[in-house]
Amino acid sequence: MALSLTVEKLSKSFGARKVIRDLSFMVSAPGSLGITGRNGSGKTTLMRILCQLVPPTGGRVAIRDGDVEIASADCFNYLKMISPEMALYEMLTGYENLRFFSTLAGVRRNRTEQDELLESVGLIGRGDDLVAAYSSGMKQRLRYAVALLAKPAILLLDEPTSNLDDAGKAIVLEIIARQKSEGMLIIATNEVEDLKQVEHVIRLDN
Amino acid sequence: MSSDWTTKALAVLAKDIRTELRTRYSLNALFMFAFTTLVVVSFSLGQLSLGVQVLSALYWIIIFFASMSALSGVFVKEEDAKTAQTLRLFARPSVIYAGKLIYNTLLLTILCALLTPLYVVFMNVTVPDWPLFLVVVLLGIIGLSGATTIIGAIVAKANVRGALFAVLSFPVLLPLLVAAIGGTDAALGGAGWAGAENHVKLLVAYAVIMITASAVLFDFVWNG
Repeated sequence: MALSLTVEKLSKSFGARKVIRDLSFMVSAPGSLGITGRNGSGKTTLMRILCQLVPPTGGRVAIRDGDVEIASADCFNYLKMISPEMALYEMLTGYENLRFFSTLAGVRRNRTEQDELLESVGLIGRGDDLVAAYSSGMKQRLRYAVALLAKPAILLLDEPTSNLDDAGKAIVLEIIARQKSEGMLIIATNEVEDLKQVEHVIRLDN
Repeated sequence: MSSDWTTKALAVLAKDIRTELRTRYSLNALFMFAFTTLVVVSFSLGQLSLGVQVLSALYWIIIFFASMSALSGVFVKEEDAKTAQTLRLFARPSVIYAGKLIYNTLLLTILCALLTPLYVVFMNVTVPDWPLFLVVVLLGIIGLSGATTIIGAIVAKANVRGALFAVLSFPVLLPLLVAAIGGTDAALGGAGWAGAENHVKLLVAYAVIMITASAVLFDFVWNG
């Protein structure tokens, strides 16, 4: 059996305000899911819960590899998220960020492989620049390179094309196509073009 | 402890050193506070004949307040820059804690290595038992780093970090400071290892308990 992500009766409240209530769904690899909804409907919160960055108020999220449920402490080995809210180190260069996160992910990448990654996101030739000198679109591209270092089985994209120009959006579409055929992809967005790329869509409306 | 785990912890340490050398965020705060305080103390009290108890207390007061000004920075920087979330998706909490603990220990060791000779010269201190003095300082550094690293992780998520760090640290660090001052007093006063035995034991116990408890609790603090 393939890798699967199951959400069971998930709810999340901030004080008295219930953002997510009794949400259940399952995604299996290879496969893709889109999450949409108006601003403040809980898309980013749901993505953060799936990544275990935020605990749910009720319910649970389980990742299973075949019949084996992955311990929550090991889930980070299976999934990576790209979000405009997740920052890289501004005082390190692009190469230094790639080297640092590849060491943490336990997947050493040599300079040639790092160059290939940077080329795939359109940043070749800028790897020696400090990230502080990057534009917001270049930072978003580098986030993709960092997340793809570990070739995650589950890729979560929060507002995947934000800050990107047309060339950047084309790169993201390539990444989306590859990920949904080789692994699992979950996108949180309101962009119609992005939602066309996924097989199923959930609309959050509280 | 696998070599893979060690490599990752050292990567966190190397990253912190590299970013620190480029920003001087903590180094400036730590060293400027320590040296300014030392100069003020030596100008105002240097002409007096101070007892070894007072000299020991002043030495640790300078180190304590200097560490309050900088050691929470390792986690505050990560939360402020929103890199903490990225780190959470790439590494186990124990790896992060170990890297940050070693970084804070290194920072305090460098501070003490620079501060101690200046303190000896400026305050006219005679150290009859250097080995004992250095052991006490080293144990004090390890205990201080252990406590301030976990407290730094706790306050990084709060709004009033500066005040909270000092308020939380003081009661936790009080036993350490008392033992460190007592041990330094024994080293400066010539009481020798026999006179410092209880203080050294307390410093060792404090460091072991603090680092062990912090390593266990860090998962909850980091992911809480």
